[in-house]
Amino acid sequence: MKQAIRQVVGEAHVKPGKIKLDLPPLVENGNSVTMGVMVDSPMTAKDYVKAIHVFTEKNPQPNIISVQLGPRAGKAEIQTRVRLADTQSVVAICELSDGSFWSHTVDVIITLGACLEELP
Amino acid sequence: MAARTLINVPPKAKRGEVIQIKTLISHIMETGFRHDNVGRPIPRDIITSFVCTYNGEEIFKAALYQAIAANPFITFHTVATESGTFVFQWTGDNGFAQDASAKITVE
Repeated sequence: MKQAIRQVVGEAHVKPGKIKLDLPPLVENGNSVTMGVMVDSPMTAKDYVKAIHVFTEKNPQPNIISVQLGPRAGKAEIQTRVRLADTQSVVAICELSDGSFWSHTVDVIITLGACLEELP
Repeated sequence: MAARTLINVPPKAKRGEVIQIKTLISHIMETGFRHDNVGRPIPRDIITSFVCTYNGEEIFKAALYQAIAANPFITFHTVATESGTFVFQWTGDNGFAQDASAKITVE
């Protein structure tokens, strides 16, 4: 996960704050988990969110989603459904138009992980 | 086979209003990490990219990975600037490509 984050942010310093990752703390089925990400930003032509990236710690592949936004988004908020393989922490990172990076980490407990079941 | 898509865009909006767009497409999003009953790996088959354009201008783009659940559901927002058409395009493994569109009237 750290490597994948490095690839996105480069050498920039990632500060906590401004972004909020919305995940349920206890998940029964990791195959489909509703996830919301919102960033506190006015979304004007000068001050907007350029990108939102979400990473997982223990999935076989660290990336979940990478979204490119612009000032026309109006509101920096997305929702989707994700797979989570195991009890782990999930990190959302946003890149603002001024080049700064902000993050939020959420710990999730999974009772039934994704990727484990075999086909009948 | 064409995948089924479901798009939810408000049919009417006031100029400058922030509208929510919901999209859903039927797709198995096979991760490539699973094995079948005789132990052979099942090849990866996912949607890798989703793009939304509003009257030809790109307003939203997402790169999807295996961690997105089957039948990818994506919600996002945009500012209603003028009447026109939203075009949604999904592309993925094995030459998967699907598009859909929705119209909006802005007053």
